Amino acid sequence: MVLGNYKECVSARATDRSILARAQDGGIVTQLFAFALDEGIIDGAIVAGQGPEPWQPEPIVAMTKQELLDAQGTRYNICPNMALIKEATRSYGLDRVGVVGTPCQMQAVRKAQLYPVGMRYVGDKIALALGIFCMENFSYQGFEAMTEDFCNVKLESAVKMDIGKGKYSVYNSSGEVKQMPLKHTLKFVQPGCHVCLDYVANLADVSTGSVGSPDGWSTVFVRTKKGDDIWAKAMAAGCFETKPIEEVKPGLELVTKLATDKITKNQKHVDERATFGVKADGSAKALRNPYL
Amino acid sequence: MAEVVEKPAEKPGDVKIEQKVEVTKEEKPVAEKITAGHVHLSGCTGCLVSLADNYEGLFKLLDDYVDWVYDLTLADVRHVPEMDVAFVEGSVCLNQDLAVEELRETRKKSKVVVALGGCACYGNVTRFGRGGQWNQPAHEAYVPIGDVIDVDLYIPGCAPTPQQILHVAVMAYLLLKGTDEQKELATSYLKPLMDLAKRGTEACGCDLMYDVINQSLCMGCGLCAASCPVRAIEMVYGKPQIDTSLCIKCGACYAQCPRSFLNLDVINEFEGIGELVAAAMATGGE
Ligand SMILES: Cc1cc2nc3c(=O)[nH]c(=O)nc-3n(C[C@H](O)[C@H](O)[C@H](O)COP(=O)(O)OP(=O)(O)OC[C@H]3O[C@@H](n4cnc5c(N)ncnc54)[C@H](O)[C@@H]3O)c2cc1C
Ligand code: SF4
Ligand code: SF4
Ligand code: SF4
Repeated sequence: MVLGNYKECVSARATDRSILARAQDGGIVTQLFAFALDEGIIDGAIVAGQGPEPWQPEPIVAMTKQELLDAQGTRYNICPNMALIKEATRSYGLDRVGVVGTPCQMQAVRKAQLYPVGMRYVGDKIALALGIFCMENFSYQGFEAMTEDFCNVKLESAVKMDIGKGKYSVYNSSGEVKQMPLKHTLKFVQPGCHVCLDYVANLADVSTGSVGSPDGWSTVFVRTKKGDDIWAKAMAAGCFETKPIEEVKPGLELVTKLATDKITKNQKHVDERATFGVKADGSAKALRNPYL
Repeated sequence: MAEVVEKPAEKPGDVKIEQKVEVTKEEKPVAEKITAGHVHLSGCTGCLVSLADNYEGLFKLLDDYVDWVYDLTLADVRHVPEMDVAFVEGSVCLNQDLAVEELRETRKKSKVVVALGGCACYGNVTRFGRGGQWNQPAHEAYVPIGDVIDVDLYIPGCAPTPQQILHVAVMAYLLLKGTDEQKELATSYLKPLMDLAKRGTEACGCDLMYDVINQSLCMGCGLCAASCPVRAIEMVYGKPQIDTSLCIKCGACYAQCPRSFLNLDVINEFEGIGELVAAAMATGGE
């Protein structure tokens, strides 16, 4: 399951200029949600709004295109979008909910549907789950240290962050780019990421990320029947420009490589946890393995 | 739009999963029913109401898959009969001999005993006095049913959800009456809920602290906060913060957390399983 099941993979970007203007990459997430809102496929979407601290995301339910636009761009720290999944169907009254999230959050979506222990009449209302690729995420304090201490940019004066080509990059308001090598960010990664076995959001309806496609474009996997249906409608409505993934550089080869690297490294970590300690009889004492 | 790209098969596992879904979809439900019933101990009937809240799904279940052989509220049967699956609601009051006897008998006469809801699994609100209550029966008298009998499977939560009850009922049916393939699927599906039963008879929001966060497993998805019926969990800097004075010990948050268990062989088949359950529950025409 390196890249998961998918029906189609393309390189794409939104055709709506207002969406592309502030998109992290090709504006896929915002364009798809905006289209689904227009068409009544969703009544609202859980996205990363602005939290109390600078660059701290906080889940919100966006019900207009403007709210979607205001929530664009990647914030490299935790945004617990699933915290609103039930509330979206309650006080917000949504019958068809959209949600964006990292691969682990897509796992949460599917567990909520398959094992709805605390999800009374929620699973059937999740109408569009969009996944974003993810190598790792950071605690807010770690993210702050990376940006302010390592890259020397005050969070208040940063305009964009991104991760790619082995570097964490921060763009400031005077147009400068400050960078640090990704290997130095390792100690700021939240612990839960070290056991994560999914890079490209295998369980989403549609998943997307920058890796594999040229700057300003996104790699898109269309995965489920639901995702396929909505993607086809959005294509027919002219929402996206696309190129066959085989024709872009670096293409699927890099996506596969990074996914394999992540899974191999983290699987090793999961395995090491099994022999973390020692029992009285000399046998191994394990840390808990959630996948058993 | 570009052509549909063939999915590259990274591992044999990829291919297998697609085929498996195909097979389960084609299989028509077999005719024979399982027997099941509801054993009502010290619970508020909320668990039973949740079962009923499947609406037409409940009728479909009773029409095609389950003979409902025992239920003080719904069926005119006075003594616990033999049954395949017993859904036990409520903790058991040790001051009431009849309740203890009924529970012991339930264990002896059932193939599978399900603790239905927080009270049966963990005691939940029945052992969570905060003053202002009558002092009899004594609080120590209410115990989770697992303290008296062996329990096979837990459905935590207060109330347990109609959807989780339905999933367990359908999977129990497939386990007992399905094809080999369906039995295998049902076994994998039910295993984590059986493991919960082995895990013990105490639950708290603190389980997230001890068994998820302190195990370096929390990734901040927030699903625990959404699952709590009393809003005792708030996400603070991407981690759950539990207000233990609100927590009623229902066990939903830990069971719902993707990092308590995530059996990938089942979760990866979410689309096929969703279709399977939907097809099994489809009314009219079938
Ligand atoms: C922690 C993290 C790590 C990532 N790592 C990679 C990677 O290794 N490789 C790769 O190709 N792509 C990665 N991405 C995805 C990438 O940065 C873009 O988010 C993705 O390409 C979508 O861009 P877009 O232009 O389509 O979306 P946009 O239109 O810009 O919308 C992005 C959407 O994501 C939401 N969002 C922003 N921050 C978060 C967050 N922290 N948690 C949840 N949702 C959020 C926004 O609210 C918005 O709805 C990562 C994203 C995150 C959040
Ligand atoms: S690396 Fe995995 S666990 Fe960590 S945020 Fe990304 S998807 Fe979630
Ligand atoms: S924190 Fe909430 S969900 Fe968790 S056990 Fe307590 S009441 Fe139940
Ligand atoms: S559900 Fe589990 S992984 Fe998600 S935030 Fe809660 S404790 Fe962490």
